[in-house]
Amino acid sequence: MAKDIRLVIKRQANPKSADYVEEFVIPYFPKMNVVAALMEIQKNPLNAKGDVTTPVAWDCNCLEEVCGACTMVINGQARQACSALVDQLTQPIHLAPLTKFPVVRDLVVDRKVMFDNLRKVKAWIEVDGTHDMGPGPRVSPKVQEQAYRLSKCMTCGCCMEACPNVNPKSNFIGPAPIAQVDLMNSHPTGALQRERRLEALMTEGGIADCGNAQNCIKVCPKEVPLTRSIARLNRATTFHGIKSWFNK
Amino acid sequence: MSGKVTVIGGGLAGLMSVIKLAERGQKVDLFSLVPCKRSHSVCAQGGINAAVNTKGEGDSTWEHFDDTIYGGDFLANQTPVKNMIEAAPSIIYLVDRMGVQFNRTPEGFLDVRRLGGAKYSRTVFAGATTGQQLIYALDEQVRRYEDEGLVTRYEEWELLSLVRDDEGCCRGVVVQDMKSLDIQVFPADAVILATGGPGMIYVRSTNSTINTGFAAASAYMQGAIYANGEFVQIHPSAIPGRDKLRLMSESIRGDGGRVWVYKDGKPWYFLEDWYPAYGNMVPRDIATRAIFKVCVDMKLGVEGENKVYLDITHLDPHDIDRKLAGVVDIYEKFIGDDPRKVPMETFPAVHYSMGGLWVDYNQMTNIPGLFAAGECEYQYHGANRLGGNSLVAAIYAGMVVGPKAFEYSNGLKQRCNDLPGSLFERAKEEEITKQKALFAMQGKENPYKLHQELGEWMVDNVTVVRNNDRLLATDQKIQELMERYKTIGVGNSPEWGNQIVPFTRRLWGMLSLARVITLGAYHRNESRGAHYKPDFPDRDDENWLKTTKAEWTANGPHFSYDPVDTSFIKPRKRRYDVAKEVTAQNG
Repeated sequence: MAKDIRLVIKRQANPKSADYVEEFVIPYFPKMNVVAALMEIQKNPLNAKGDVTTPVAWDCNCLEEVCGACTMVINGQARQACSALVDQLTQPIHLAPLTKFPVVRDLVVDRKVMFDNLRKVKAWIEVDGTHDMGPGPRVSPKVQEQAYRLSKCMTCGCCMEACPNVNPKSNFIGPAPIAQVDLMNSHPTGALQRERRLEALMTEGGIADCGNAQNCIKVCPKEVPLTRSIARLNRATTFHGIKSWFNK
Repeated sequence: MSGKVTVIGGGLAGLMSVIKLAERGQKVDLFSLVPCKRSHSVCAQGGINAAVNTKGEGDSTWEHFDDTIYGGDFLANQTPVKNMIEAAPSIIYLVDRMGVQFNRTPEGFLDVRRLGGAKYSRTVFAGATTGQQLIYALDEQVRRYEDEGLVTRYEEWELLSLVRDDEGCCRGVVVQDMKSLDIQVFPADAVILATGGPGMIYVRSTNSTINTGFAAASAYMQGAIYANGEFVQIHPSAIPGRDKLRLMSESIRGDGGRVWVYKDGKPWYFLEDWYPAYGNMVPRDIATRAIFKVCVDMKLGVEGENKVYLDITHLDPHDIDRKLAGVVDIYEKFIGDDPRKVPMETFPAVHYSMGGLWVDYNQMTNIPGLFAAGECEYQYHGANRLGGNSLVAAIYAGMVVGPKAFEYSNGLKQRCNDLPGSLFERAKEEEITKQKALFAMQGKENPYKLHQELGEWMVDNVTVVRNNDRLLATDQKIQELMERYKTIGVGNSPEWGNQIVPFTRRLWGMLSLARVITLGAYHRNESRGAHYKPDFPDRDDENWLKTTKAEWTANGPHFSYDPVDTSFIKPRKRRYDVAKEVTAQNG
């Protein structure tokens, strides 16, 4: 049975121009996802009225929900377009760019700030060098299983989108980099530099800006235990603050 | 004063080379088409190989080396492969120190699993998202050097072409900012390409959308030799999707998954039947051909289609969650069934290019100053890659190429900054002119539809089974598409954020490399590894124990052949129905 799907897409030619909405009608096929629907527009750039239009710009890469590129707002929720199956979505399907990042064009946004924040909190293990120094520290399977859950964060931006404290009036770094501090600080070698990361979290826009809305954990597509990390680091930064005060 | 090195590509090979350079105090410009964390390396699932012998099975680097050469059907040059295998354990230890969350044994050591073509468990893994975990660790290390001011990242920039001086040396790159489509030139003393494979030539593959091979194609069109292009790995297990064929990791079989179809009303475990010594753990080319035979020749595919069952329903659900969650999640999300309860339905899909830019043992292409590492070069896998060897090859090549590019740039008599500015301006102007011509294309052909046609022909004719008449017809078709390319219409979308024009540019690269793959396959009248011709079913070492080298000419690729370095292991017949013969290590 031939049926069509309808997409309502919020578009914008460039960061300075006004946004507008354009509708598209696309032939349905089984198991199609939002990315496949957008690919159809590339091959046949006509809008619902039948007028020739510019194909919709969007980001994507791996198409199996590990790269994080194709994150957008789909029917009001931030998620990856590749794993958004049309059969599971209410129609018409509304697509819009993430709102917490500057729009580049159409559904493409600039998430550079997320990578800058990882740098700000020094989310890396300071190895002495890449020369051969034998194996790393031994780690229990239990600790590894916990850490692995944190290390699946793909910097997609869903948690930033859902967080009310990430907004134009705040510099809040958002939940993702906090979880990465938790990951690095829980690593035996990473723990050697834990204070530096705690201090980074205690600067402006850091963990104190979290309002405990707990939206982040609900939207994370990788089920990263974000709120647990935030709670743990809240305690750690508090203790660190008190300790630093006494050691003055 | 140190030279200037530019790295193109932010996947595992590129990031590792950046780390090696920065560690030497070398300032690096790093260009990546996507933010590095989103590179295609994230898609690697099963793990990374090293003979660490955690299970006490008696594994050794010699065994790993022999498996790799044997698995690659003796086409790989043995010296660089041996060096890589010997470095593999130290690579694992290094990335472990960098904080990669590898699975652990109860005692806290690195856990290992078995992958195809190996008799030993030597694949270290982080669930079923090992590539993702590795690239995150390397990305973090590069961020640290960025913080120290040694690395400048240009993410969402694409290589358009190389700058070559009067002597033909590579002296820099012309690159494009993908937001503004602004074109710029960056002089460099050495350029490293780490730009991944060209799977998008087939459209439907396990590759990411950025894997068009354009950077390698661009280098090829500027004189870099492309080697063994005809060797394209078809992975035995993927799940269908019109936008992508999603990989179902070989680790599923490694951890006990069984492949079967119904025969006479009963499950038939054909791999275990045909290959008793390796069973479900045969290498990918062997498994894929067996599936092809069962589905196409014997017509026993699931529901009459080219699909077989990949079954883990008999495994412990907790073990599945601990080791395979990443890949099982993908199946559940995209298919809707729970593989813990229902056997998965999978089929073969284009996965990896063993071929790529020709490089010497120092990872330098035939263009002085242009280096290559990772899937975009040809060096480590011969005619078929073993599971778990791509990650080690990408990281190892990065570890070699960084220091070699450093040495090269510091040994130059004349630095890029001493060259006349006109050399660079000219290169940039050329690309600006070409881009204007692209924007002026207002014909009737849609570039995405042309791409689709290319992919259909390539999948039908240049994958598992290859016949010379079909290969020639495919080459004719590619040439027809190249004619029709001239009548593409790119529309009148402005430059800012434009995606059609860059895609159209890449399409030409894909068409050019498609000819290299197809004609390379046509000329090679034998069967070896992933390259199989029913008319020439045997390996022919006398005539074809040779590296294919393709050079660009205006009339299509020109082929020549080099002997293969077999200095350690004498080629022998490759079979998996019986255990592999043990070879003696003679140093």
